[in-house]
Amino acid sequence: MPFIPHTEPDVQEMLAAIGAASIEALFDEIPASLRVGSLPDVPAGLSELEIMQLMCARARQDGQPLCFIGAGAYEHHIPAAVWSTITRGEFYSAYTPYQAEASQGTLQSIYEYQTMMASLTGMEVSNASLYDGASALAEAVLMAVRANRRSRSARILMPRTVHPHYRAVALAMAGNQGVRFEELPYERTLGHTALEALSGFAGQDITALVIAQPNFFGVFEDVDALTDFAHAQGALVIAVVNPTALAVLKPPGQWGHKGANIVVGEGQPLGCPLSSGGPYFGFMSTRLEHVRQMPGRIVGRTVDLDGRPGFTLTLQAREQHIRRAKATSNICTNQGLLMMAGTVYLALLGAEGLERVAALSMARTEELARALTALPGVRPVFAGAGFHEIVLALDRPVAGVLAALSARGIEGGFDLIEHFPELGPALLLCATETKTTADIDSYARALSEVLRAARAA
Amino acid sequence: MREPLIFQYSRPGRGARSQWPAAAAGGPQVPAALRRAQRPLLPEVSELDVVRHYTRLSQLNFSIDTHFYPLGSCTMKYNPRACNAAALLPGFTGRHPLASVSHGQGFLACMYELQEMLKAVTGMRAVALSPLAGAHGEFAGVAMIRAYHRARGDSQRNEIIVPQAAHGTNPATASMCGCIAREVAVGPDGDVDLAGLRAAVGARTAGIMLTNPSTLGVFERRIEEVARIVHDGGGLLYYDGANLNAILGKVRPGDMAFDAIHMNLHKTFSTPHGGGGPGAGAVGVSARLLPFLPLPIVAREADGQYRWLGERDLPQSIGRLASFAGNAGVLLRAYVYMRMLGREGMQRVGEYATLNANYLSARLQQLGFDAAYPQRRASHEFILTLKRLTQEYGVTAMDVAKRLLDLGFHAPTTYFPMLISECLLIEPTETESKQTLDAFVAAMAQILREAQQEPERLQRAPHTLPVRRLDDVRAARELDLTYRGEAG
Repeated sequence: MPFIPHTEPDVQEMLAAIGAASIEALFDEIPASLRVGSLPDVPAGLSELEIMQLMCARARQDGQPLCFIGAGAYEHHIPAAVWSTITRGEFYSAYTPYQAEASQGTLQSIYEYQTMMASLTGMEVSNASLYDGASALAEAVLMAVRANRRSRSARILMPRTVHPHYRAVALAMAGNQGVRFEELPYERTLGHTALEALSGFAGQDITALVIAQPNFFGVFEDVDALTDFAHAQGALVIAVVNPTALAVLKPPGQWGHKGANIVVGEGQPLGCPLSSGGPYFGFMSTRLEHVRQMPGRIVGRTVDLDGRPGFTLTLQAREQHIRRAKATSNICTNQGLLMMAGTVYLALLGAEGLERVAALSMARTEELARALTALPGVRPVFAGAGFHEIVLALDRPVAGVLAALSARGIEGGFDLIEHFPELGPALLLCATETKTTADIDSYARALSEVLRAARAA
Repeated sequence: MREPLIFQYSRPGRGARSQWPAAAAGGPQVPAALRRAQRPLLPEVSELDVVRHYTRLSQLNFSIDTHFYPLGSCTMKYNPRACNAAALLPGFTGRHPLASVSHGQGFLACMYELQEMLKAVTGMRAVALSPLAGAHGEFAGVAMIRAYHRARGDSQRNEIIVPQAAHGTNPATASMCGCIAREVAVGPDGDVDLAGLRAAVGARTAGIMLTNPSTLGVFERRIEEVARIVHDGGGLLYYDGANLNAILGKVRPGDMAFDAIHMNLHKTFSTPHGGGGPGAGAVGVSARLLPFLPLPIVAREADGQYRWLGERDLPQSIGRLASFAGNAGVLLRAYVYMRMLGREGMQRVGEYATLNANYLSARLQQLGFDAAYPQRRASHEFILTLKRLTQEYGVTAMDVAKRLLDLGFHAPTTYFPMLISECLLIEPTETESKQTLDAFVAAMAQILREAQQEPERLQRAPHTLPVRRLDDVRAARELDLTYRGEAG
């Protein structure tokens, strides 16, 4: 029996101890009308050999295209030690560290993670992870509504330069609590949120302003000016950041005169494979003054009965298992193992290694942009400086071009037509440190051929 | 502390350089005003430092791979290795979430078939896989219930009924969805008090959230009557799938007339808990909630090709709840597990989980422990109340839990449900052998003897772990949440 160790004599002895005639008898409290006889729509079981043959065939079927898509998930080199360490059974198959004495490994790792993330973002405290970047933004919005006691409006300024999926998730998760989102346009030549777009809100009751750095287009926002404007209106600032970029960018804690209030983002670039969208981990850090409004688990260092240091979950009175309907969030299980991946990744890379990843990704993107914009019919859309992504306009619909590239084994970028139709045919591309000059050349060659063929058709 | 912090291994100039990429010529090209002035506090350590440190830390943990974990409501069953091996195949890990479906037919086939299998075992009409954990699935379920009432012009329905003993996530979810949680009592036999339920249901009822078997470890026998009362009152029924393991293959939530359900794939379908996640909280719905499912969903076209369904296909959807399509790697692991079990293996899960719980409950009662509901069949889990032990010897449920750690067993869930004083919620799962359960019984027998003869041994437990009981009050009062160097 798959994963059930019972022998027939075991079963008989157990039933005798219970005083039941059969296993079936143990279900005698369930109304007969509700019982199912069998599950005909579930296939018959497979052996490990059979399922691995099937899965290998399916994984092969998907191929391993050369990928230039970013848009919120980034292909970085993951050192071998990251996954060999975190898939140790003692991490992989442990539960949430509620029994602190039996979970010091996980708890200490979280404390180390909190330290790394607080420092990377320039904040004072971090939680132990949320689900992903988008849901972390939704939680940050709800947290801002609780934390900004001067504001009664639950009004959030949301630039269109924030990832469209993040905006959708924030609306789906916070909309039910009466939060209203005001969309801010972007400046068309530079691709960032201009201060003028906010001027109409001066003097109004605004709960928080969201600032993405870099923004969805890969372009840098003028974070100092935006932060100072928001604080001048009594609004909090929610920063949405790429953790790799923070190796080289001013941390949100130093934005403007007072710094951002809440920082969130997608932890995937730190040691998590692309894996069709998850599991990743969302991160959140904040200032000490807001810590009691922060959702998610937090680990603190304390002492045991003998006065020796140890780690434990703390401030649990914020959480659902204690506070129930009045909890800061319903979150329970988060992304522990991926947070571990991030911790081991950051330990291996260190500040200098992470800086190299950031710098080389920027250089590769620059190289990619140069190679592609040299082709007829391809031009950059925004003039603003950016991180490791760029928006390019094509002279024909993007979907057909991407399909033709895909047939050549290249995933050429993210089509912007659905979310930003005003840009015309445009795509968002990314190159990280994993892309070589040869990769970039083969993309340029393929795109040139695809465009030429399209023109000839 | 048995193991220093990673930061304490740090030495200026050390680094795992083979793991770094080459330096870019000219360094990062960042405008001066946006540049980082000071490096973040990350350790400067070698690869060996990192591997040894985290390996040592791992050894301070209990885990399923090393210990029996009878943690009620958490379904800590064995995590088969093949599930992990399959999910980590390069074709799956390397796939970008926004890659074209032509480079994803293998992955999407697995997702589609997973949706179909989950429909079959739950009896629901449709399934969406994107919620990222149980509580996230609960959010999706209650948000769909709200959207359903709104679409019918019935938007005053904002009360969610939860039984007294519900998981904390249930009332917390109601609040997150802008609803008010309203408690109903549970009768002395562990079933919902029907008179109380009738009184609670009214024009403001959006729905009820239930686990069945309940958090009291017993099957709600009058579930059909509960469903009738709520449906007749205009409300919908939400099934909290935390306890689905108990009835897998025996009873289906859809047949109990539930309208929405979340499944904790990291419980019932054996994906690893990872020290606190990742989970996956797939949701299933009845026909009336189908238009409101969260996006995206995988569809199979007439030509056998798979594609994502989006807003155009489901315009009334509650929207998107995750950056991309959910915890795909977790979903792949659950898929492999379900395919290995197959239809018969799936039915055996409920059977042997129930056998193990009833056996353990019987043995512990024979030792002299008190079951909270001795007149009832245990489901896949059961509750002991240690009230007598506390009164007679001053030994609490917490003391017993901590002493179990000394004896090599992870503690059961303690002090939940709060309805039962000094309780242990024990869930052995189907993957544990009779011999493991007998060893646990022997440990509990020793604890009972110690309670009678030397209660202070229990009160001061654990004695053999890396740390002794921790000062939680100090942890919350003198917040130390990050390392600030030796001086700090």
